[in-house]
Amino acid sequence: MKQFLSFVKKEFHHIARDRRTLFILLGMPIMQIIIFGFALTNEVKNSKIGLLDNAHDVASAAIRTQLDASRYFDVVRDLHSYKEIEAAFKKGDIKLAVVIPQQFNTDLQHFNTAQIQLIADASDPNVATTLTNYATAVIMDYQDRVTHGRKLPYTIKTELQMLYNPQLKGAYSYVPGVMAMVLMLVCTMMTAITIVKEKETGTMEIMLVSPIRPMKIVTAKAVPYLLLSMINIASILLLSVFVLDVPINGSLLLLIGESILFIITSLTLGLLISSSTASQQTAMFISMVGLFLPTVMLSGFMFPIENMPLPLRVIAHAVPSKWYYDIVRSVMIKGLGFSAIWKETLVLTGMTLFLLTLAIKKFKIRLA
Amino acid sequence: MPAVVAENIVKRYGKKKDIVEALHGISFQAEQGELFGIIGPDGAGKTSLFRILTTLLLPDGGHATVDGLDVVKDFKQIRNRVGYMPGKFSLYQDLTVAENMEFFATIFNTSIDENYDLVKDIYSQIEPFKDRRAGKLSGGMKQKLALSCALIHRPSILFLDEPTTGVDSVSRKEFWEMLRKLKQQGITILVSTPYMDEASLCDRVALVQSGKLLSVDTPAGVRAAFGKPLLAVRAEKMLPLLNDLKGSGAVADAYPFGEYHHAVMRGNHDITELRQYLEQKGHQQVEIKAVEPDIEDCFMDLMKN
Repeated sequence: MKQFLSFVKKEFHHIARDRRTLFILLGMPIMQIIIFGFALTNEVKNSKIGLLDNAHDVASAAIRTQLDASRYFDVVRDLHSYKEIEAAFKKGDIKLAVVIPQQFNTDLQHFNTAQIQLIADASDPNVATTLTNYATAVIMDYQDRVTHGRKLPYTIKTELQMLYNPQLKGAYSYVPGVMAMVLMLVCTMMTAITIVKEKETGTMEIMLVSPIRPMKIVTAKAVPYLLLSMINIASILLLSVFVLDVPINGSLLLLIGESILFIITSLTLGLLISSSTASQQTAMFISMVGLFLPTVMLSGFMFPIENMPLPLRVIAHAVPSKWYYDIVRSVMIKGLGFSAIWKETLVLTGMTLFLLTLAIKKFKIRLA
Repeated sequence: MPAVVAENIVKRYGKKKDIVEALHGISFQAEQGELFGIIGPDGAGKTSLFRILTTLLLPDGGHATVDGLDVVKDFKQIRNRVGYMPGKFSLYQDLTVAENMEFFATIFNTSIDENYDLVKDIYSQIEPFKDRRAGKLSGGMKQKLALSCALIHRPSILFLDEPTTGVDSVSRKEFWEMLRKLKQQGITILVSTPYMDEASLCDRVALVQSGKLLSVDTPAGVRAAFGKPLLAVRAEKMLPLLNDLKGSGAVADAYPFGEYHHAVMRGNHDITELRQYLEQKGHQQVEIKAVEPDIEDCFMDLMKN
């Protein structure tokens, strides 16, 4: 035990004396949360739209007011012809154009049907879809008021409800994503690098010719990073609750427990990488390409897994961070309990045990 | 029981097509309390041999025991009782001198105080710098720290892989003085070195070349086995002199040796005759004297035969 503690102490010395790395390790999650939270947002807020009003009647005026009043839109341009619409799109002045035909109100009153055209800039398809949905909702809202809630004959009304994230905030998906990313990076990459560093400098050689058991070396190396990761989780959660207004709906204890499980998975992965590489560069490269990128691309945090072709979907299911991402989303955002995530937890535990067995088997008690 | 026994040790590197055999059947014994030198140039296989004996590598053939323990089967026990100092400085550069010492002491389940008397002579020299980071020490001090760390658990056998490579000559002398004192404490020491002049400081030496043992003997025994007359020759123009020496029928072998060329003579030789021959070739200020063979002479001789 004394051996072990002395080893852990030594690891803390290494980390504390490499100020720059420590700063990056602790600062990275904060930076990521801030960047994702404020810069890289794909939310739709105050989007600039144009209105081509050919009717100029009561109904069109009401719709205009209602669009402008919604916090999603700002009517910035009054357009007078289709040509102007195209020009405005090309200049990038507007993201959406609403076209109201002549005699809009008359049609509505007398024929019980009228049309409104929505033209969106689909160079960013996601934004275009979101904008048209919002605009449709605003117009439907107006229609409801006109009919005074009376049921129209033969109409099917869809009622949308955005569960768990009614405001469709991007933060709800990237906070879990950043957590998976940061843990993967800190635990896997740093463990791999620190073990390989001992190989590179030759200290592993001395360590092997000593009574200390290899598993003790490895565990002692993992402890400081476990602690660092806990600090990172704490800073991410604090930032998301107090700065980004993303609540922790489920049990905090469960969230931390699951995070520890994922940290162990990542540490084991780092150990596995370290036993099959001989230089710090290689270890870093494998961690980046082999683990960090799949975490970003295939965990479902950037791109929905359901839309991927089958081979990619299969790979995505083998990425541990995908399961952790699902767990965090369920617990933190949906507020679900353990009964809802036991399957994911089981998969993650299974992966960890498998990786751990592999890592122990591959750990070299000799040089070659 | 000998401290170290190596029997026909073979080590190969590489796979299938390009296999390199680093050790071709090395056998020797080092006795308890002996200061045993493994002498050979770079690439002779010294490090491979040390790594096999310290259980870091598996031999591809042969057997070896350390303290009577098999290097393959009983590697765990061996790791408890040997001290090993690799060729490259392998301590933690970002830890201080004292932290390195403490760390290695705890790793070996001991403390600095417990074995202070053993390392006192060496450690006391670097103790004034104990709060300095190991990376900031000079070469000689690093080496002293590394030796202290390798000794802190009072090993029964100490393996030192090229401890004096890249160290200045004063520090080298000091280092051998330290080894001599350690030997008096009853520790068996295996030391490898590419410097032939260090061979005479060992009790016995094994001369290694390209993975083969050339000879195992005491330094005096190695020299005695030379058995041929040896001359040191000097003249004004050294390069033509070497060629002319090699061209002489009386000279078996000639090679540069410090300020002189050494000429190994065939059977009965006559210094006057050689002088005449060289002066005939136009050499001036020819100086010839008979010398005792050095380990390096023996090494050259063994290497060629």
